[in-house]
Amino acid sequence: MDLNSLISILLGGMAAGMVLFIVSVGLSVTMGLMGFVNLAHGGFAMLGGYAIVLSMKHWGLPFPAALAFGFFAVAGVSVVLERLLYAPLYRATELDQVLLTIGLAFVMIATVTLSVGPETQTVELPEWLRGQTDLGLLQYRTYSLVLILAGTALMIALWLGFERTRIGARIRAAVDNRRMAQSMGVDVGRLFTLTFAFGSGLAAIGGGLGAEILGLDPQYPFRYLAYFLIVVAVGGLGRISGVFFAAIVIGVLDFVLKIYFPKGGTLFIYALALILLLARPQGLFGKKGAQ
Amino acid sequence: MNAATELARRHRLRWWEALPWIASLACFFAFPNYLAFATQVLITILFALSLDLVLGYAGIVTLGHAAFFGAGAYTVGMLAMHLGWNEPFSGLLAAALVAGAIGLASGLVLLRTHGLALLMLTLCTMALLEQAANMGAAWTGGFDGMPGLSFSKILGLFGFDVLYYRSQYLYALAVLFVCFAIVRTLIYSSFGQSLTGIRENLLRMHAVGAPVRARQVLAYTISAALAGVAGALFTQANGYVSIQAVLGLERSAGIMIVLILGGYGRLYGAFVGAIVYMLLEHLLAKAYPTAWQLGLGVTLIAVALFARNGVIGMFDALRRRLDGPA
Repeated sequence: MDLNSLISILLGGMAAGMVLFIVSVGLSVTMGLMGFVNLAHGGFAMLGGYAIVLSMKHWGLPFPAALAFGFFAVAGVSVVLERLLYAPLYRATELDQVLLTIGLAFVMIATVTLSVGPETQTVELPEWLRGQTDLGLLQYRTYSLVLILAGTALMIALWLGFERTRIGARIRAAVDNRRMAQSMGVDVGRLFTLTFAFGSGLAAIGGGLGAEILGLDPQYPFRYLAYFLIVVAVGGLGRISGVFFAAIVIGVLDFVLKIYFPKGGTLFIYALALILLLARPQGLFGKKGAQ
Repeated sequence: MNAATELARRHRLRWWEALPWIASLACFFAFPNYLAFATQVLITILFALSLDLVLGYAGIVTLGHAAFFGAGAYTVGMLAMHLGWNEPFSGLLAAALVAGAIGLASGLVLLRTHGLALLMLTLCTMALLEQAANMGAAWTGGFDGMPGLSFSKILGLFGFDVLYYRSQYLYALAVLFVCFAIVRTLIYSSFGQSLTGIRENLLRMHAVGAPVRARQVLAYTISAALAGVAGALFTQANGYVSIQAVLGLERSAGIMIVLILGGYGRLYGAFVGAIVYMLLEHLLAKAYPTAWQLGLGVTLIAVALFARNGVIGMFDALRRRLDGPA
């Protein structure tokens, strides 16, 4: 294998990894914060994808504006859902949370199927994102490069916000020890609402950005659920950099395996996740005892 | 009645426990045209019952229980396809052994974890089997599965009829009865009591010196074997096996929904849940698939928020209210 194809495989895998990162990062933080098993997270990504694609198609919004619209629309919806449905079950058992969120995902799937239809949606990328960019060594798809840049920028911004701001410090404190943070005067409930909305908004953007790679149809929430959960579990709960690296590793692995073992490449991903989680239940990058 | 005598009498057979079996036999004569559907209900009851042992009694939340159903279904299917091993009862036994072995092996390593890691690990185990079934096309038939399997006559007397499901129904009913008797005995044994103890207060069970891990692994293994029997029944009764039908997250989530609807941790929850769910699915899902999904979702949300003990739990609450404050 020559250098060019190696680089192009790496870039393709990284672009997919960035989508995984953007969708999963909110899940990681909210699960770490409240210990809430949110199996409906992929549903928020799907809703966002639909909001973005449809607002471009019907209202003629430009791509960046549609992304912003998707973010705020889904963040708004998720605040309502969080207050109404999630909040009563913070202290409930895992089983109740699993049931609630599976139910919510079903409702989202059915709602989209009823209102939009079961067919796959396609994204009309703007002119400046189509085509190839000359990287010197090789030509590569502009959109994938933009995805990698955007994902990396988001990762740095989130990391700065997480590590260097007061609200980030509160979130970290609450993830590590909720009770202690609460007794120091952190309103964990409101913090959670905010983080949840922000995370769902990011998932929405991920759904829109990733529609090109992952596709977009009503079955989206369950089809990729295992991937999102694996990224979060491998990355470690509430660890932004962990989720980032885990997403890239899984994105690249999945990309490579799909090329060389098109029939059963995902088998290795599941096997790898299985072995990894057995060896380190707190995730590859998680702190011991954070679970 | 004081608590001690009540506890001691709990395992006694009550008169109404005969009702489900009388009703099932009555169904055989009353609805000869619906036996194909009724057989699927019986299989679902057995599958839900096996899940109840881990979820309801041992308190292990798993997203991968379909792995064992699928293992049993594929065991019987592959034995019949490649070795010509068509005898039904020994097929069930083989399925139970294979599924139980997978349950034991995965339980030994998986049950060391808890919470999100355990959820993920059970999900990964099932996804692994699903991919394996997809990949090993030479053995498993890959994506298409194995259609058109045939099995020899039950006890050499009653053949499986594809149209009317008469022998399938009675066969499934007999197997369900035996499995139910096993589960019921287990639940009311000291083993079952210690499982409930582990579910209710893990710390205390550790403190009193109960072998918590060993009990959980044993429960997981038995449950896996029973799920394997249910899967084997599915293959034998329907004469085919495919990934879509026996494996996958939908199947795992579906059986969980069945059990939750009926009420978990209460033996007969599996019966009520399977009948209610399958009837509703039969009536609604074919005609209005999207509305069915919407209704299912709303029901799940309502169950999680308001009715955590399922249909039987709702009746219990109603009875308590009618009896007045104790």
